[in-house]
Amino acid sequence: MALEVMARARAPIPLDVAFRVEPGELLALVGHSGSGKTTLLRSIAGLWRPETARISVAGKIWLDTVARLDLPTHRRRVGMVFQNYALFPHMTAAQNVLAAMDRPDRIEAERILDLVNLHGLADRKPAQLSGGQQQRVAVARALARRPQALLLDEPFSAVDRATREKLYGEIIGLRRHLAMPVILVTHDMNEAQLLADRMAVMEKGHIVHEGLTADVMADREALRALGIREVAAMLPAVVAEHLPTGLTRLDVATGALFLPGVASPPGTRLRVRIIAHEVILSKLRPEGLSAQNIIAGRIAQIVEGKGPAVTVHITIGEDEILARITRRAAEQMGLQPGEPIHAILKSMSVARDHVARFPDQG
Amino acid sequence: MDWTALELSLRLAAWTVAILLPVSILLGRTLAFRQFRGKALVEALVMLPLVLPPTVFGFYLLVAFGRSSPIGQWWQSVFGSQLVFSFEGLVVASVIFNLPFAIQPAQRGFEAIAPEVREAARCCGMSPLAALWKVELPLAWPGLMTAMVLTFAHTLGEFGIVLMVGGSIPGETKTIAIAIYDRVQSFDDHGAAIMSATLVAISLFTIAVTFWLSARVGRRLS
Repeated sequence: MALEVMARARAPIPLDVAFRVEPGELLALVGHSGSGKTTLLRSIAGLWRPETARISVAGKIWLDTVARLDLPTHRRRVGMVFQNYALFPHMTAAQNVLAAMDRPDRIEAERILDLVNLHGLADRKPAQLSGGQQQRVAVARALARRPQALLLDEPFSAVDRATREKLYGEIIGLRRHLAMPVILVTHDMNEAQLLADRMAVMEKGHIVHEGLTADVMADREALRALGIREVAAMLPAVVAEHLPTGLTRLDVATGALFLPGVASPPGTRLRVRIIAHEVILSKLRPEGLSAQNIIAGRIAQIVEGKGPAVTVHITIGEDEILARITRRAAEQMGLQPGEPIHAILKSMSVARDHVARFPDQG
Repeated sequence: MDWTALELSLRLAAWTVAILLPVSILLGRTLAFRQFRGKALVEALVMLPLVLPPTVFGFYLLVAFGRSSPIGQWWQSVFGSQLVFSFEGLVVASVIFNLPFAIQPAQRGFEAIAPEVREAARCCGMSPLAALWKVELPLAWPGLMTAMVLTFAHTLGEFGIVLMVGGSIPGETKTIAIAIYDRVQSFDDHGAAIMSATLVAISLFTIAVTFWLSARVGRRLS
């Protein structure tokens, strides 16, 4: 039932990729603009044809240039969410959803709209909806097609930060309804890390790194291709209590994190994105610091790169976070794998939209 | 008041619109969405009637439709009547002469549809025909309506080419514009005034209805 893609082209954009997405899996395609991510997505949808390609879904061939087989877009079961949503402006939200159904069914359309939290807005035209609501209609319309592959082309880039934060939560919540392969095109690393199971980094039409999200995000070389230094890890945590000061206490395996503005109720399991260069390390538990979050752990490994910094992998219970420190500091401190260590993190260094629910929760 | 001439003009305008509506959908859509060799030439040809004097254009049509021309002979053999100086000939001339008024707004109407919206229609499983019917036509509608109204109003007012191709046969090719000219020539200022005023009223009404309708469509989309 997997989506298998092989595509090669020289113009208008060079492309040479082969990859596979399992059913229910979310693959993030990341890379600079012009790296070929959107072109690749369009090839899968049949909106563009590479010179040489073979694309199949669930064993059914959509495109095989060698066998001269090319299913037109409307005969591929593909759900596409466009960057600017591309809703039909003359139709209401419900009509947009109905337009994608084989057998239009108003009750089913409203069920799908409920699924994306658009209850009561079925009869509004796109122009009467906010950006976030329009994005939800676009997702609902894509799902109404009962797609065998769901393609999301930068679906969060046109909304403001607060809305994006909410929409992330909704996509995560939707995941248990998504039994098909899902591809998310994005250039936002945080977004990719919050939402994707696996990541593929594209550069000049090639996939230069591919793997589990946690592994790619810990890989300096992979991130260098994207021109970023944001090595980061996801740390699972449980909401413990909301403090009157506006901070929320989250419990992690070996201590507590105090973060601002977490809205989820106590007991919610979250994942917190911790950017490696925001983490300070100390061999002894420090006192008299302004930093609120001190978590005990153990050094798993120290990965050296070409530059003056090293990446320290720190085990926190069953989980792992990363710290970027200078090689000089690591040598002076005499850091060794297996040794206990304390990771220190400023509360304010975790952005609000770097906290996300677990996909398995309702 | 020459009611026969007015009826003839309205009939001519209605036929022209009826023929040009599908033509402008097909050709306007093709020019809006497709890139092909010779596209600029096709666009120039469509615009040509706008810049040529009606006499020049009418002269060529007269030659092309005449009894000795292949088109004229073909028409004669199929329909048993001649194409020039007949209502049918007038319709053909009117269709050709109105191409720029129909194609241009139709093309702009289709061009106003965002490419992603058309792609979204295909991703929603719509065949090209279904997409045309459910998405493209409703969205290009303001342009198409402008095209049809301009064609209708312009046909009512056309003079030169009708005179060249149709002559002035009452009930067959004598349109209201020709009738007005005839009245003026025979110093019937009163008759000319009544008919002119009628033509102004009909044209104004047609265009006002369009503006009202397109304002409604505009509200529907926002």
